[in-house]
Amino acid sequence: MTSELIVFLVLSLVAVSSALGMAFSRNAIYSALFLVLNFVTVAVFYLMLGAPFIAMSQITVYAGAIMVLFLFVIMLLGAESMAPSPQALPWQRPLAFILAVTLAVESIYLVFARARLNTVITTPDIAANSMESLREMAMTLFNQFLLPFEITSILLLVAMVGVIVLANRQKAGHRS
Amino acid sequence: MDWTFWLEWVIKGLVLCLILLVGFAYLTWYERRALARMQVRVGPNRAGFQGLLQPIADAVKLIFKEELTPSHVYKVVFILAPILTVVPSLVLAAVIPFGTSFMFFGRSITLHVANLNVGVLYLMSIASIAVYGIVLAGWSSNNKYAMLGAVRASAQMISYELSLGLCFAIAVVMGDSMNLVDIVNAQSGMWFAVIQPVGAFIFLIVTLAEVNRAPFDMPEAEQELTAGYHSEYSGMKFALFFMAEYQKMIVISMIAATLFFGGYREIWFLKDTFLSVDRAWFLGPVYLLLKVIVLLFGMIWIRATWPRIRYDRLMAFGWKVLLPLSFVTAFITAAGYLLAQELHNQLYLYGIPVLSIFSALVAVAFIYRDLRRKSNGRV
Repeated sequence: MTSELIVFLVLSLVAVSSALGMAFSRNAIYSALFLVLNFVTVAVFYLMLGAPFIAMSQITVYAGAIMVLFLFVIMLLGAESMAPSPQALPWQRPLAFILAVTLAVESIYLVFARARLNTVITTPDIAANSMESLREMAMTLFNQFLLPFEITSILLLVAMVGVIVLANRQKAGHRS
Repeated sequence: MDWTFWLEWVIKGLVLCLILLVGFAYLTWYERRALARMQVRVGPNRAGFQGLLQPIADAVKLIFKEELTPSHVYKVVFILAPILTVVPSLVLAAVIPFGTSFMFFGRSITLHVANLNVGVLYLMSIASIAVYGIVLAGWSSNNKYAMLGAVRASAQMISYELSLGLCFAIAVVMGDSMNLVDIVNAQSGMWFAVIQPVGAFIFLIVTLAEVNRAPFDMPEAEQELTAGYHSEYSGMKFALFFMAEYQKMIVISMIAATLFFGGYREIWFLKDTFLSVDRAWFLGPVYLLLKVIVLLFGMIWIRATWPRIRYDRLMAFGWKVLLPLSFVTAFITAAGYLLAQELHNQLYLYGIPVLSIFSALVAVAFIYRDLRRKSNGRV
């Protein structure tokens, strides 16, 4: 248990500091890299909780696919350095402050008042690292949660078709 | 979890790294000699017997070269990028099984570093991480050629990753598992490359694009981009990029052998003879090495034979030919296995190679027609 606790503490230090680095670095590329590091640490947390499938999906989808596209956009638009934007809305800062305080108060309340201190997080055992657990997850996903799954994929398809239509319209307008 | 467990783990990891480093050094020698043969030259044959000491001489030369860091680069990322390129190529090999197990002072030692139940997904995720090194190298160099090379490389790798994932899915369906050891064991009767030849073929093409090898070496097109993403790198940092490319070649040949060509297992008709891996564990790594050498020779042969493909054709080939074809083969494979399982009739399995080869021929016919039209000037 102690070795797990040490790993957890080190990892959470990395996760929190990479999140802070993401928020506070002046260069957008460094922000993106900190975010990648954060995603990878979260994936290791999933591994510690005995969910290798979710950990690997987290790395493939978030750290691998989405962040590469983020980096692309940042590099190609040349938006690396953060200049104070002139069209900042006047009510943005107070609103952000209020929302942040609300979130902080809520999470502190939940952590200290509502957290069940006597529950034990199930430790990853041999059953978690087997093909059976994967099969079980797939069965749940495709039986019990089939409708949300299908709706999600249709949503993604609609987004894809929409992008293609928009890009094509621009091209046609350019020609005429 | 006693200390011997950790010791075994560390030793296996070190041995794996050593294999990949030595393999990288001798792969350069192998490639130069084989290319020279094909171009009616001699190749490096002076240092040591048949030039076998040439890689060591090259390594010494690269270590003592002056290491330049240009003044206009983003320094931290510039140094980080080669490391981010090498590490995935080393880590990728951790899940590949090299053989069965053997007894050593009463301990059963298995010949793989990690036996993950999501081994295939692990390969997928590390492959998607591998793009970062190249992108960051191009960006941090602060140089237009390097940037263009990096953008090309990453666009190419992302596009071909989709077909790569579908090929992984084909192997997962056929092996009925995501565990690479199970996939290898499922091939003891018959290699997956025989049941699904099109899938294996797509996998080999896609891996060429993933490691940026000829004819897909657009990121390093010398006449357009000087040296692409590593234009500004010199000395040991350049050597790291070079090392990553060759290590990726080795690892990806190992993956191809594991997923489609029986991995560490013997050819299926030697199953019950004394040459079987079940009788003699030490034959496992030998078989894997032989398969890797053959696949690497294929890569070198292709580099010696084909010119570089044009960039728009590369993208069109990836998105319009390989992706639909791999969708179709994945569907055919899954349908064949499902029918054979549900209707208890093994005859459906014979439909898989027939139908997938037919769809591949249709794809080839479409490419042929398209190229004919273009060459005749009709659009």
